[in-house]
Formats: sequence, structure tokens, C-alpha cells
Amino acid sequence: MAEIKLEAIRKSYGRTEVIHGIDAEISDGEFIVIVGPSGCGKSTLLRMVAGLETITSGDIRIGDRVVNKLEPRERDIAMVFQNYALYPHMSVFDNMAYGLKIANVPKPEIASRVAEAARMLELEPYLDRKPRQLSGGQRQRVAMGRAIVRKPAVFLFDEPLSNLDAKLRVQMRLEIKALQRKLGVTALYVTHDQVEAMTLADRMIVMNAGVAEQVGAPLDVYANPATLFVAGFIGSPPMNVLSHEIRQGRGPLDPGAVIGIRPEHIDLVAPGAGLIDLDVAFCEPLGAETLVHGVTAAGDKLVVRIDGETSLPADGTRVGLAIDPARILAFDAAGRRSET
Amino acid sequence: MEKRVVFDNRWLPYLLVAPQLLVTFVFFFWPAGQAIYQSAFIPDPFGLKTQFVGFGNFEYLFGNRYYRESFLTTAVFSVLVTVSAMSFALWLAVLADRVIKGSSAYRTLLIWPYAVAPAIAGVLWLFMFNPFTGIIAWMLSQMGYVWNHNLDGGQAMALVVAASAWKQISYNFLFFLAGLQAIPKSVIEAAAIDGASFWRRFWTIVFPLLSPTTFFLLVVNIIYAFFDTFGVIHTITKGGPEQSTTILVYKVFSDGFVGQDLGSSAAQSVVLLLLVGILTVVQFRFIERRVHY
Repeated sequence: MAEIKLEAIRKSYGRTEVIHGIDAEISDGEFIVIVGPSGCGKSTLLRMVAGLETITSGDIRIGDRVVNKLEPRERDIAMVFQNYALYPHMSVFDNMAYGLKIANVPKPEIASRVAEAARMLELEPYLDRKPRQLSGGQRQRVAMGRAIVRKPAVFLFDEPLSNLDAKLRVQMRLEIKALQRKLGVTALYVTHDQVEAMTLADRMIVMNAGVAEQVGAPLDVYANPATLFVAGFIGSPPMNVLSHEIRQGRGPLDPGAVIGIRPEHIDLVAPGAGLIDLDVAFCEPLGAETLVHGVTAAGDKLVVRIDGETSLPADGTRVGLAIDPARILAFDAAGRRSET
Repeated sequence: MEKRVVFDNRWLPYLLVAPQLLVTFVFFFWPAGQAIYQSAFIPDPFGLKTQFVGFGNFEYLFGNRYYRESFLTTAVFSVLVTVSAMSFALWLAVLADRVIKGSSAYRTLLIWPYAVAPAIAGVLWLFMFNPFTGIIAWMLSQMGYVWNHNLDGGQAMALVVAASAWKQISYNFLFFLAGLQAIPKSVIEAAAIDGASFWRRFWTIVFPLLSPTTFFLLVVNIIYAFFDTFGVIHTITKGGPEQSTTILVYKVFSDGFVGQDLGSSAAQSVVLLLLVGILTVVQFRFIERRVHY
């Protein structure tokens, strides 16, 4: 159990700086997801917390200790890797017991702690097997088990679900969340999948190109993205970005500035009855909802999300778009939120 | 998934394996057959005719004290060569694996000794340790240690072991380094996070995962020590002093081509053939079980 504090963390490889000063405070028991596109530095940041990468400047505190110079084993953390990193020559039991054996935990206690974790993760029938005899989901559980038997202060997850198929990913996502709630351990979770970030996080850190663009609760970030990047990255389909003003009584946008509107905040009406018209290019019916793709008169591409049971507009027809002006977000030329 | 090639022509597959079979036949089956055949005969002193003696050559061999001692010499020699060549190579590979800058330069330099022929390697070490002119022998004498492998059997053994192992280290190093680099980095990192120190990680994770490489090298090194070290011994000690470095393969040569006892030499070849065969089978049966692929 511990809080984590990141203070002006920077990382350089030679002259190339890849992480440009990240600050974050994570309270005890909080589930924080670091989300961003590949190459944004999120894994590097996690590995710095784990002690697998050196810190160029700044401080990382776990609990009340600055851990910058500590070895991974002195940091009281456990990590789940993307490829699980199980010890291939050891049984499931030995994989989970390895850390405890090194810590000289008495044998009966090792057995009981591994048994408890195995029960929690439904791994009891597989304790004698080798990792190669397990399915992807089971290996994932063993990796989790190896992390929890040690009762660390902090869990670190490095894209733990990205090697699983879609269905298993959803299931494991729920299990990880439930497990973290139950154990009350502070967790730092790295992913490139914004759905995972939205569903798992108490708060999330949205990273782009080595910078934390926004830190906040998922729904706050979704409703109030601080930058155009966040607006585009969080939410699927992403926020519509229009380069032409559509609100009445306002002058044209500054050069480079844009406005954004979420696909679900638009309703279809008769042509001419809404703020603007849209020429429908095609529709994607997904069952519960339908995505209507089209182009505005000003030439911006736009997606509308409508209820799946509404009748679909035919391709090539023109529809009107009713938009609540209060839902429209404005971004300046640098991609930051602006008032107008 | 099973991959199979189906040939329409009956003879094509035989034609394709023929070159390999021919090489194996000419360089293995034929000489081996000759050895077995000759081991049942003794030639007269002038090599004009031979006389059939059945297992006579073998009976004589195993009754011979020098031959039995040669077994022990071979055992000591091959264990020392294998253990020192492999452990030193592993040590170098572990160090080279940690090097990031200029690792390819290190690797290239470390591979060079393998390109040296055994006889040349022997001469190289002989020059350094020559009791009268060798630089290392001189250094040792400065420290008050008398080096003369022409007189001291123990020193002779140490020298041939060093020269033989030195040559094989490069080969072992290459395989160990490749083996080390094939171990996923995240597994080592996971062990580091689990609290294992460098040495603990090495013995509990790295070494077991390296076992297929280690096993392969064990087989190769023992065969090397049994056969390929002939050149080293021939140039440095010629089996002496007092037969203290006469390993089995050297005795085959010296009895056959120096002593001109072709029947005994052939019998020794047969024994050696069986011995290495049995040794390899034993290694595969008993050690391979402990290998994690």
C-alpha cells in the first residue's frame, strides 16, 4: 500500500529526450492508467517506476522513499509484462513461488499464499503444469498470480491484455479491475487501448510524444479534453474536428483553430432544419448504434452516432444536423482548448 | 504442422541424398569397416602378409598396462578440457552479453582462436612455454617456479589442456552468447523484480534456460577432446613425458604409425569408436532429460 509521486520525470537516450517532464500524484489504492499511442513513452515511464530504466532527471517516490537509485527488488513492486515473462522451465507453482523463495518466506507460508492466489485466479488445477501447456488467458493469470503472492505496495501492468483475443481481453479486464479493488493495491497500468483506459481507470494519464497531455478521471477527460490530441484519442469513433465555424453569430475561426463535436451529440433532422447540412457518404450499422459518415458543405468529414433502430439515411442523400452549441468545443491553433 | 515433400520420380530422392551418403561412406563407413577388419589380423614385421588372430589384438590390449593407463589419461584430459573450455566460454559470453558498446568488435576478436588449426595452436603455446626460450616459462622461473613440461607429466598435461581448451573457447563462446541472447529480456527483468540478485538470476533462470546449448556443447566438446586435440598433443608433447599425455587417439597413431603395429592400432580405433558411441548415447539418455527445450 503506497502512494506514488512523479516529479518532473525526464528520460533521454543520448541527446534524444523521450520523456519531457512528467508530474503525477497517485494516491494509495488508486488505479491509474497511462494511455497513449505507441512510441509516446508510456512503457518507458512505467519501466522507470519499476527500476528497469534509469531516470535522467526528476524524482520518483513510492510511499515516502525516493526510489530513483533503488534496484527493482528494493522498490516493493510487482509487474505484469505484455508477454507475461513467465519462467518457462518452472511449473505454475514455482513461477508464483519464485519471489517468495528469494525473500526466504517459510515453506508452509509459500504454499498457503500460492494456494490462495491460485484459488482467487482459478489456477488450482494447473499448478503442476509448465507455462507452455497453458492457454494465453491462463498464462496471463499466472503472471497476475506471481504479482499478487508477493503482496507488493504497487502493481505495474505493461499492456497485459494486448496478446489476448478480443473476448478474453474484455473478461480479463473485468477481472483485473475486481482483483485490484479487492486487494486495494495502488496500480499503474499502461495501455494503448482507450477502451481499457476508460473502463479500468480511476484516473488516467493521456500521454503523447513524451508529454502528459491530460490527467483526470475518464469521464472528465472524455467530456472535457484539454487538447485536440486527447479529444481525438479518447472516444471511438473520435471527436469530429471541423475547420469551419458552424455556430451562428460568430466570425470565422482563427487560422489553424478548429472546433470539435462528439458524434453522439449530433441529431439527424430534415435538410436545412439544423445548424448545417451533411451529405451522407455511407452508414455503418453496428446493431445498438449506427455510424453515419458524410461530408459537410464546407468540406469537413463528419461522423454521427445515432440509435441503431432509427431508419438509415440513404447513401448520397442530404440530411440536416441538429447540434447543441454548448456541446461544441473550440481548440486554438496549438491544439489547446480555447474559450471561443 | 507437418511439412512433407512428395516426389513423383522414384529415384530423385535417392539421387538428392546420394552426395551426403557418399561422403559418409567414404570417410566413415569404409575406414571404420577397414579398422574392424584389420583389428582381427596381425601383419608380419615386413608388412608382406597378415595372420588372422580373431580377438587376439583386443585381448593383448586390455592386458596391457599402458593401454589401461591411457584410458585414465583420456578421462582426465577430456574432463579438464571440456570443463575449462565451457566454463571459461560461458563466463566470457555472460560478460559480452552485458556489453552494449562495441559488442560486435569483442565478439569478432573472441572468435579468432577458432580459426587457428590445432597444430598451430599447439606450436603457439609451445613457444610461450618452451622451458628454455618461452616467455611464460621465463616469467615463471623469475617467480621461482621451474617449468619444464618435458620432464614433469603434470605440467605437460596442464599445457595440452590449456592449449586445447583455448582453441575451443571461441566456439563455445559463440554458442553461449547466441543462447544468452535468445533468452527473453523480460523474463530476466521479471526475476529482477521478483527480487533475484544477478547471480541468483543466473543460476535459477539463465543457466536452466541455457541448458539446450550447454548440452549440445557438452557433446561437441567431449568429442573434440577425444579426437581433434591430436594436433595439439602431437606438436607439444608427443604423448610424453612417460606417456603422461598419451590419450587414446594419440596412442592409435603412435602404436600404428610409429610402432607399426597396425593390428593393435586398428583394434584401438574400434574401441575408441565404441567408447564415443556409448558416451554419446549415455549423454542423450541421461543428461538430455534434464534439459528444458
